[in-house]
Amino acid sequence: MSAWVLPEPVGADPYQVGKSDEDALKDSLFTTRLDELVSWSRKNSLWPMPMGLACCAIELMAMVGPRFDVARFGAEALRFSPRQADLMIVAGTVSKKMAPALKKIYDQMPEPKWVIAMGACASSGGMFHSYSTVQGVDEIVPVDIYIPGCPPRPEALIAGILEIQKKIASEKR
Amino acid sequence: MLVQRPRSLSLGERVYLPGILKGMWLTFKHMLRPKVTLRYPEEKWKVPDYYRGLPVLVSDQNGRTKCVACFLCQWVCPPRAITIQAQELASSNVEKGPHEFEINMLRCIMCGYCEEVCPEEAIFMSKNYELTGKSRQELIFNKDRLLKLGGTRFDTIRKWDHK
Repeated sequence: MSAWVLPEPVGADPYQVGKSDEDALKDSLFTTRLDELVSWSRKNSLWPMPMGLACCAIELMAMVGPRFDVARFGAEALRFSPRQADLMIVAGTVSKKMAPALKKIYDQMPEPKWVIAMGACASSGGMFHSYSTVQGVDEIVPVDIYIPGCPPRPEALIAGILEIQKKIASEKR
Repeated sequence: MLVQRPRSLSLGERVYLPGILKGMWLTFKHMLRPKVTLRYPEEKWKVPDYYRGLPVLVSDQNGRTKCVACFLCQWVCPPRAITIQAQELASSNVEKGPHEFEINMLRCIMCGYCEEVCPEEAIFMSKNYELTGKSRQELIFNKDRLLKLGGTRFDTIRKWDHK
């Protein structure tokens, strides 16, 4: 009596005879898993560029502080150098004079990068229907998440960062 | 005028370690203090009654939209976030109502002027403070969405019932 018990064949095609090499390759390929790993690490270590231009920046600071503590989501490393950041949080009124600087800072950020338009002014110009104000920062940079509010609470900004994380996790690369 | 120069550093200041230890001791004391962090997505902030969140439209207990399209809120709105299109209500006691009522939540600054000015008590500031959106278009709320957010508000004013 042999001690070697073979597993019973299960399913319609237990030995995967009908499976092409391509399918087998798809099943065992590691690159998709690596992509997931990369996006997982990206979404849990967002380094925001605090583009604080007005009162929204106060709520941005509150978000980093101990009461709301965005470090729980790995985004506490606010980088004031665009070359070290990958998430730009535009917090405040963007005047037409500031717009070229904002665009330049966005261009200096390395790919991949995301933008949150925080508050009414950055999202749409808010109450400044004015010749001197950019009517929404999406006129100059692509915006991923808009957060209404004047200013939004730090919770709303955290909700925005969670949305960005969802977006990064589901992004096609 | 004689400028007071700082005195030369003492030995304790020069060896630098007591200062470090003092700072570390402060950090250590903070570890023993009660935690202040609000664990946001699970734990929510207790919203006070006076909080002004997103503006919403309400309907009365008869299911009627209380708004009569008087355009006062549109007129008073500082960022001009409200857009109303009025219509005539032929089969009702009320002559006029909103055909379309849009609030651009990205323009809205939650000042509460609309709630204050409304003679029919049809628009209220809700307690919603955590709205986010992926596009500008989806954050322009139309009448149905605003009414759904506002829900029913029980009202003692019955002037439209018998007329």
